[in-house]
Amino acid sequence: MAAVPAASRPITIPNPVSETPREGSPRRGRKQHLLDFADWTKDEVLALLDTSDVMAQVLTRTIKKVPALQGLTVATLFFEDSTRTRLSFDRAARAQSADVMSFAAGGSSLTKGESLRDTLRTLDQLQADLYVVRHPAAGVPYQLARWTNAAIVNAGDGRRAHPTQALLDAYTFRNRFGGNGAFEGKRLAIVGDIDHSRVARSNIELFTKLGAEVALTGPTTLVPREFADLPGVTVTNRLEEAVEGAHAVMALRMQSERMTRGLIPSFAEYVARYQLTSEVMKLAHQDAIVMHPGPLVRDLEIASDLADGERSVIEQQVANGVPTRMAVLYTLLVGQK
Amino acid sequence: MSSMQQRSTSDTDPRLNQATTARSSARTVFRNAHLVDGTGDHGVHDLYVKDGRIEGWDLTVDSSAIDHEIDAQDRLLTPAFVDLHVHLRDPGQEQKEDLASGLAASAAGGFGTVISMANTDPVVDEPGLVADLVRRGARTPGARLHPAAALSHGLKGDALTDFAALKEAGAVMITDDGIPVADSHLMRRACEYAAELGLVIQTHSEEPALRADGVMNEGAVSRKLGLPGNPDTAEALMIFRDGELAHMTGARVHIAHVSSKRGMEVAEWLKANGAPITIEVTPHHLTLTDDSLTSFDPLFKVAPPLRTTDDVAYLRDAVRRGVVDNIGTDHAPHTRAEKERDMLNAPFGISNIEVCFPLLYTELVLKGELELTNLLHLLQAGPAAVMGWTAPSLAPGAPADLTLLDLEHSAPVKGVDFRSKAKWTPWEGQSLQGWPVLTMVGGRVEFDRSDLAQAVSI
Repeated sequence: MAAVPAASRPITIPNPVSETPREGSPRRGRKQHLLDFADWTKDEVLALLDTSDVMAQVLTRTIKKVPALQGLTVATLFFEDSTRTRLSFDRAARAQSADVMSFAAGGSSLTKGESLRDTLRTLDQLQADLYVVRHPAAGVPYQLARWTNAAIVNAGDGRRAHPTQALLDAYTFRNRFGGNGAFEGKRLAIVGDIDHSRVARSNIELFTKLGAEVALTGPTTLVPREFADLPGVTVTNRLEEAVEGAHAVMALRMQSERMTRGLIPSFAEYVARYQLTSEVMKLAHQDAIVMHPGPLVRDLEIASDLADGERSVIEQQVANGVPTRMAVLYTLLVGQK
Repeated sequence: MSSMQQRSTSDTDPRLNQATTARSSARTVFRNAHLVDGTGDHGVHDLYVKDGRIEGWDLTVDSSAIDHEIDAQDRLLTPAFVDLHVHLRDPGQEQKEDLASGLAASAAGGFGTVISMANTDPVVDEPGLVADLVRRGARTPGARLHPAAALSHGLKGDALTDFAALKEAGAVMITDDGIPVADSHLMRRACEYAAELGLVIQTHSEEPALRADGVMNEGAVSRKLGLPGNPDTAEALMIFRDGELAHMTGARVHIAHVSSKRGMEVAEWLKANGAPITIEVTPHHLTLTDDSLTSFDPLFKVAPPLRTTDDVAYLRDAVRRGVVDNIGTDHAPHTRAEKERDMLNAPFGISNIEVCFPLLYTELVLKGELELTNLLHLLQAGPAAVMGWTAPSLAPGAPADLTLLDLEHSAPVKGVDFRSKAKWTPWEGQSLQGWPVLTMVGGRVEFDRSDLAQAVSI
């Protein structure tokens, strides 16, 4: 897809009513699921970012709604609590006139012991065209994809992947550094609890796919050495080394349970060694942005003044969640072209 | 090995005692069977069975005195296999397996004798429960059953069970299999007590704090998949502890399901340095790697976990070098619903007893990595020696526990055909060669699929 400046591109979204995506076997010729980016090409991802631009235009209109997904049903299946991600998907679906059903395991009779396949069998009777799935165990979206004809979007599975978060991060990054070549030769630094972070795993996968380098930093207990074997990825225990020259620096949430499990000795020691501050950001590229997937713990993983400062794009990240997720839903349900 | 046999309990060999109570008094002849046992390849003979024992080879017997004739042309007749490690889930978890399905599955896999693990509901930690299993096992068709009993009450790891009473009731092995014994002091006392009684202790050697909440091997694959890892160090550490306690106390310690290179290296070192241990490996740890977990299919979730290609290669090498004493299946059936949970909540275990031989024959023997006689040893004389039992053989007078193998027959694995209640398996659809076609226990046919088209017909 050619890089047309977003502002000049006409908003043309075909009406998909004649299509019946639910029928039959997996859709040929286009992606059926977004489980992670393993089987998405760089061009396909860039096309998603371009479509996100179109969707962002829609959201600037007075009437922030198009009929693109009219007659289609999106079901959000959240087996784990989430507010922002679920709301963001909900908004992205409704802005394209899809019907939305919500399923939250916390409030249902579903127990840990029930077969996932049985749960899905029940839900499939409600005839959703696409499931947005979040689950505390890695791999669940993969398991569900084996058992349904509906499309699946992974909204976070355990520590493994959170592809739409990475997509909105890449979109935010591209908005700052411009164009589809925005990623080549650039560097993203991710700080903190990498091992338990699906956001980190998905960003590593996506940014390296788009041509950027990724530097990981944190204590060895939270940043496994194996990550250094991935192409385009470096690992260091020194925050300064990771941040130096980086175009974007992302702090990850530090959870208190990490301390009880011996992964960090104390918050004070973590803050002293790895807190992202305005001071350390002086080492970064002059235009560098500061990111955080939220929810953030102020003055633990990130200094308050930096989170609220002019380098911070934390609020844009949340806002960009909607057009990027619109693009994902549209692409999976209607097609890339 | 010789020191171990001196320590053996052959005076109370339950297999010999049971063989005297033959399951069948009829006379059966296997015609033109290719006879192979641990002592070698004996060529093609007619083998006669009478009163639950092998009567002799190539006898002159009037046809009217033969009750049952089995055409064994082009098939290999060998002593039935012995599995020291199966989970029959009985009592209390009959939705997964019970004695009837489990012992039938064992016979279908070519096994004539199995030892059931004690992690049932209730746990087999009282003599009455052992006696109940012995009683019900004796009247259930299929393989012979010998129960193991728990090492600690309720597998809780804090109080020893009554080993002597459990042995008296028929327990042949003491183990908390499924749950490692965390307390080294308790394990020491268990070893001392078992040594005094001549009981084998089988260990599930994984250091629990290090194993933690791991659901797969810790390494590059677990990091990539974001699944909690269980490092090989957890296994190596605990094997070292258990082997050192065996050395210290003189107890016969059987290290179950060694899965990693590091673990095997430690076990080998212990053995070479005088620890009276024996070493088991499973069919799945010899054939599958942690790469399988990229499917996120809990069918591949097993404890200890599937390791890396390097580990598999090392285990195979250890098998070739004769370091390994037996193949134990660790057949661990679960319901389909349990295996369709997510990767964190699905239980550990693979249903494999019915594919054990064809799997290892196809993957190791046919690919030239192992001699058939070595594989047979690991399923017959090997496990018998671990228990101090008489080596299974085809000699006249030996118990008529026999397995007829069709080494030419190739067929895809079909879980739906399993006798086990767990009809789901990692090898579904995979074409394997060398299937058991008939299993005889105590002179009685307990499994028969000899109608299978013979691949080679002359």
